[in-house]
This record gives sequence, structure tokens and C-alpha cells, in this order.
Amino acid sequence: MSLIPYIDHEHPVTGVTNAKFGIWLFLASEVMLFGALFSTYIILRTGATVWPHGYEVLNIPMGTLNTAILITSSVTIVLAWAALKMRQLPKFKLYMGLTCLLSLIFLVIKYFEYAAKFHHGYYPATNTYFAIYFVITGLHGLHIIGGIVVNAYLLGPGSKMYATEPERFTGRVECAGLYWHFVDLVWIFVFPILYLL
Amino acid sequence: MSASHGHAASHDEQIKHTLEHWAHEPFWKKYIFSIDHKVIGLQYAICSMVFLLIGFGMMLLMRWQLAYPNQPLPLIGGILGESLFPGGVMSPDTYNQLGAMHGTIMIFLGVVPLSVGGFGNYLLPIQVGAHDMAFPKLNMASFWVFFIGGMIMMFSFLAPGGAAASGWTSYPPLSVTAQNAQSYWLVGMVFLITSSLLGSVNTIVTAIQLRVRGLSFMRWPVLVWAQVITAFLLLLAFPPLEAAGVLQLMDRLAGTSFFMPSGLVVSGEVLQVSGGGNPILWQHLFWFLAHPEVYVLILPAVGIVGEIIATNTRKPLYGYRTLVYSMLFLGFTSFIVWAHHMFMTGMGTTLSSFFQATTMIISIPSVIVLTTYLLTLWGASIRYTVPMLFALAFLPMFAIGGLTGLPLGLTASDIHLHDTYYVIGHFHYVVAPGTLFALMAGVYHWYPKVTGRMFNETLGKIHFWGSIVSINFIFMPMLLMGMMGVSRRLYDQTVYAHGAAGQSYNLVMSWGAWALAIFQIPFIWNLIVSLKKGKVVTEENPWGGTTLEWATPTPPPHTNFLHEVEVFRDPYQYSPNRNLLPQFVKE
Amino acid sequence: MSSHDSPEEIKKAVKLYIGIFVALLFLTLVTVGVSYIHLSVGKAVALALFVASIKASLVALFFMHLKDERKIIYATIGLTGVLFVFLMSISMYL
Repeated sequence: MSLIPYIDHEHPVTGVTNAKFGIWLFLASEVMLFGALFSTYIILRTGATVWPHGYEVLNIPMGTLNTAILITSSVTIVLAWAALKMRQLPKFKLYMGLTCLLSLIFLVIKYFEYAAKFHHGYYPATNTYFAIYFVITGLHGLHIIGGIVVNAYLLGPGSKMYATEPERFTGRVECAGLYWHFVDLVWIFVFPILYLL
Repeated sequence: MSASHGHAASHDEQIKHTLEHWAHEPFWKKYIFSIDHKVIGLQYAICSMVFLLIGFGMMLLMRWQLAYPNQPLPLIGGILGESLFPGGVMSPDTYNQLGAMHGTIMIFLGVVPLSVGGFGNYLLPIQVGAHDMAFPKLNMASFWVFFIGGMIMMFSFLAPGGAAASGWTSYPPLSVTAQNAQSYWLVGMVFLITSSLLGSVNTIVTAIQLRVRGLSFMRWPVLVWAQVITAFLLLLAFPPLEAAGVLQLMDRLAGTSFFMPSGLVVSGEVLQVSGGGNPILWQHLFWFLAHPEVYVLILPAVGIVGEIIATNTRKPLYGYRTLVYSMLFLGFTSFIVWAHHMFMTGMGTTLSSFFQATTMIISIPSVIVLTTYLLTLWGASIRYTVPMLFALAFLPMFAIGGLTGLPLGLTASDIHLHDTYYVIGHFHYVVAPGTLFALMAGVYHWYPKVTGRMFNETLGKIHFWGSIVSINFIFMPMLLMGMMGVSRRLYDQTVYAHGAAGQSYNLVMSWGAWALAIFQIPFIWNLIVSLKKGKVVTEENPWGGTTLEWATPTPPPHTNFLHEVEVFRDPYQYSPNRNLLPQFVKE
Repeated sequence: MSSHDSPEEIKKAVKLYIGIFVALLFLTLVTVGVSYIHLSVGKAVALALFVASIKASLVALFFMHLKDERKIIYATIGLTGVLFVFLMSISMYL
């Protein structure tokens, strides 16, 4: 596979590596995926006779905290990448570890939110508000889990690549970072739409 | 994985080294869980051709019920069991299952995997001068995800209640309330969509990043353009259906009401759901994909036909740039015509006028594509090989398919024709004697390169003539029956007076279908037997092509090329004096 | 960011990332604070989406290095953006 070019250096015309181009294309498809769900939300809400305000039903402090946590994890992952660019592996591990930790805390808070809803008898089947709430946050949560798996891999066994191919490993972390920023981006829209409006 | 450090191996040395390494790989790594795009392409091609045969078989069964309503199916009716065929007669529910799965299998397990997974995977890297796809492991993953999706679809027949039976379009509320394997269908679709998305990323990155020196965009073979545009369609149009599939799954399994309206009464009882949902939402999300999907079905076929016509007219393709811009425009516009499938859902005139207009506009690039191909034929010395016969037949067949789309795109006539056999005739003309013929042309055309053997010319000609005649007997009457007002998806149309009046067409169509089936036997025989008995082909360029796949050894080795290649000119450069000037030959 | 950034440039970028981080936290508080005012539906939606778009742009341009990317990425995003608008237009029809 050494015959495949532009793995660890950029294409002269497009200015990107294969992986970076690939991840942006994948993110494009994710925009369309979440877009369909946002479209569904608008249709269901405008067609409904009653629809609660987010702040009447959901826990704003928890949601705000989760937003802050996710934004922070976005910063830590870009700092992890920057550390690799400066060839500082221990710093990379620190920041990537923080990213994974923050993401897990996000999920824990989400768990408490869901548990509270179930405890009060609110399920996806209850009404269309909860249906779309659980699907959007649930799908977003699945994307978080996927991201944690990838980031944990890069933190752990994947980081062995740094010793032999630092450039390629940095590229991998950058791509993982792009995915993670996108997950953060989706939440930046999900939070006000579901919680505050 | 990447180049060894410290010693600057020349490109040719790296090729040798890779070939040596590959030769020592175990069988399962070379042919089963293979990362070689050619092996993956063949896996897709063989799987999809088996699925095409299965989907075709389902239709052959349905055609018995249509030609001889409520009569027991000889032999086969008994074998398939009492639950599906009580007393040897196909039950209405069996008919619906076969109908829904025929459409699903042909589109998602047959045509798209063959044209994109098969032809795309095998040819695209070679046509851009690459040694493999940009992401070989991802490529392997997309095949196996497709395979799992296919198995889920096939095994859904064994689920309680039988396979999905709400049409390939799966409209709620029927699809949500159906007590059958509709959920398997939805899960299967998620797998198939995921496979498509991964494959699309590979296609786009490979074509743009890995193209060899000298291969600018406007020197891409038309098949590469077609595959890249198709990949963008799949990448951006499929996710809304994936989302919708999850929503429908939630409606079926978690009791949500995304698509279930309030106060729905089923079998005399009010449905116990929260309500507040919208069935039309499903239709919008579904057709947002499914319209670009039909251009996914046609574009690679258009690309294949272009390659074959250029090679067998030995002329530059007329209007290459026009062709490329038309395909780009077609791809983009395909995203804003979808609601022409929904004219009868009660939309207002402003909305239907908009979609009518865009639908009329999108017919223009299709006509341009056909015209450039026809003008290529003008004044050409045509070599009537078997692939060329199929490629030539594609042109009028696609034209009929396209023209019959116009009355459907015009709202006034669509009122009468929507959901009738006219629609079935229209889309089958485009996909069956259209795309499938183009794909068969492609199979014949690249068979010598892929296998190193030549197919049997006579069997090929029998296959062609039998198919082109019988296929028209199947689909032409559908247009007539549709205009008589006969609805689609009917188990027994003779219960209606206008249906009974058209029943004689069904006899013609069914015998045409069974004849078409018989004429596929020489095709299957030819493909398999020629592997051993066909004349050995060792030359790199048996047809006299100009694109990069004709620069590889026959069959291509693991690295595709044995030396670094470069592109020096546009494709399809034939001339009276020089005869043949391939892209990869210096001068 | 090209692969040829010097350590000094990276250090400057790190300072920028921290700055963007602070801005994002601040904007989050603004969004939450505004929601307590209970504006009319139209105004509330417009303001919420406006602030969210600014935050999203900050993440995209700086954390995702979009500011420094070339045409091919912008073309991909641009095409996706247009199609996203078509997709969202579904919500206008029902």
C-alpha cells in the first residue's frame, strides 16, 4: 500500500491528504442526516396543536453544562493535535485523555437526563415532542460513543504509530478531531432548538 | 504500510515489491477478505448478478398470477408451500411480498451494487491510473456491510408474517402497522445505505486525489465522470432516507408517531398511538433520496455506453464537454424534482408547478446525452460486437423510457397516469432495457480484460436478440394498460371492468417475461463456460480502447500497472491516419 | 493548517484556540440568558439560530481549520449547504 500517495502529505492541487478529504465528505453526508431530522422537527412542531417549550420540559442547567463540556472537549482535542504538531507526545496523551473523559461525563449527564424522563413516564412513544427529542439526542449520543471509541483508540493502541510515522498519526488525530468538532457543531444547534425554544 | 524510510525505492521497484508480497498472502486475504479493489469489484458483481436473478425470479412468479389469476402455479406452487401458495395459488399477501422485495432487490441489491460496486470498484482506480482505491480497507468493509444487508433482506422472507410487503416505497401508515418483516427491511436498508456512503467517499477521493500525472478533470473518461457524480448523489441523498428509516423503525418498535396521524382507524379500531405524525413526511424524506437514486441507476450506465460507443465507432465522442456538463447539471437538478412522485398527495398548485417545471428542465440534459451519443454514431464505421449491440439498443430504449416520463412529469396528465401500469412501463424501460442492457454491454466489453478469455460471440448474439425482442413485449403493453387506467400493484385486475379489458396484455407480458428468462441462459452459460473454454486473450488492448484500463496486463495484476503510467491527451482520440492514440501512449 | 507549521505558529494557534473557547462559552451563556426573556416565537428562533450560527462558524473556521483550507473543501461544503437548504425546504411544504 506504499503505492497509494497522499497518505501523509498533501496533494499539490487539492491541498489535502486523502483522509482529510474523505472525512470532510463523510461529514457532508452527516449534515444531510441531521438535516433530515431537523426538518422532521420543524414539520412535527408546526403541525402540532400543542408543543411544549424546551425550558418547560428539559433541564436547562444540565443541558448548559453539557454544552460547555462538549465545547471544552472540542478545545482539548485541537490542543491534542497541536501537541502532536509540536512533537510533544505526553501533552497529546494528556489532552486526548481529557477529551475522552469530558465525553464520558457528557454521556453520564445524558444518562441522568434520560433516566429522569423515564422515571416520570416520558418515553419516545409519549408524544411527538419526546419522540423527536429522544431520536435527535439519541442519534447524537451514538455519534459521541463512536467518537469516544476512535479517540480512545488513538490515545491507546493507536498511538504506537507515532513512533514510526508521526506525520501520518498526526493526520489521523486531525481527522478524528474534525469528526469530533462536527459532533460538537450538531450539539450547538440541538441545544437551543430542543432545550431553549 | 507507507514507504520504507531511508531508501528511496523507485516506483517500479515498489510495484515489484508489492506484487511479491501479495503473492505470498494466504487465500482468504487475497480472495475473501480482500483489499484489492478488483477482487472486491468482482465480489460485488457476482453477488449482485445473483441478486438480479433472484429478483427476476420473483417477478417470473408474479407474472403467473397476473397472466392466469387465481390459477394454481404448476409444480412450483406445490413446492413453495401452503402458506405462500394455498392450493398452489399465490396468495395476495405473497404477491405483495414478492412485489415489494422485487423492487428492493433489483434496485438496492442488484443494479446499484453492480454498476457502482462492481464496475465502479473494478474500473475507476484503473481508469485514473491508480494502483487501488484510496481506502482499500474501507472498500472491503463496504462490501461486507452490503453483503450483510443483502442477507438480512433475503432472510426476511423467513420472518413471521413474511417479508416486507408495502412496496419498495414502504409508505406509512401501512408499513408501520404491517405485521411482517418490514423492520428487517428497514435494518437491511441501514446496512445497504452505510455501505453506499463508505463506497462513495472512496470513489470521490480516489478519482480526485489519485489520478495519475496528466489526467486533468476534462481528460477523465466519461465513466469516471459518471461514477463520481453518482458518488456525490449517493453521499448526499441517502442520509435523509437513513434518518427516515430510523424514524419508521421507531414507529414500528418504540411506539412513536413520526408518521402516524392522530385518530387513525385500522380494521375498525382506533390505533393506540400518540398520533400527531405525518405520513407525507415519510414520502418527502423517501423521495428526496429516491429521485436522485434513479439517476444513480442511469448515470453509470450512460458512462459505460459512452466507453463502448467510442471504442466501437473509433471516433472521438461527440461533444465530450457538453456531455460532462450535462451529467453535472443532471446530478445537481436531481435534488429538486423529487415531489413529482407526490403530485397526487394534495399539494397546492404553486408547489406542483415548481416541481413540474424542474422536472421538465431535467429532461433536457438527458436528451443532450442521448444526442451526443447519436451524433458520435453519425458517419462512424461501427463495429458490431456483442457489447456494441447492447450499447446501441440502450439508446432507443432509454429514449422511450425518458419520453414516457414526460406525461408523468406534467401534472395534468399525471392525474390519470399516476400509480398505473404506465409508471411501471416508464421506469422499467429506463432501468431494464436501459440500464441493465448497458450493464450487460459492460460485462461483455470488459470480460476479456478481467478474465483473460474471450466470450462466445454466437451465444452473445442469441442473448442480445432474444432479450431485446422479448423485453419490449413485456414493457410496451404496460404503457398501453396504464393508459387504460389499470392500477399498479394489483393482485387481480380482472375484478375491475377496465382491468378485465386489459387482461389479454398480461398474457403477452408474462410470456415475454418467461421468454426473456430463457434468453438469459446463454448469457449465464457464456460467462461461466468461457472462463475455461473461451479463447485466451493475452494482449493488453483487444478492443482498441484509449483509456487507462487498456494499459494494464490482461488480466490486471494486483497493482494494476507494472510501471508508472502517465496521461498525455484526451480520451477517445482516434483518427483516420493514426488509427489509435491511447491516453497513455507518448507519441 | 499545512503540515509545515513551525512551533511558533502552532503556539500562536494555541493562544487563538483558547480565545475562541472563551468566546464560545460566553456565547453559550448569552443563548441561555436570552431564553429566560421569553421573546416571541419568531424573534426567539431567529436569535437562537443566529447565535448558534456564530458559534458554529467559530468551531468550523478555527477548530476545523476551515479558514486555511482550499477550494476543494469549500466546494464540498458549498454543495452540501445548497442541498441542505433543499432538504430543509421540505418543512415548508407540509
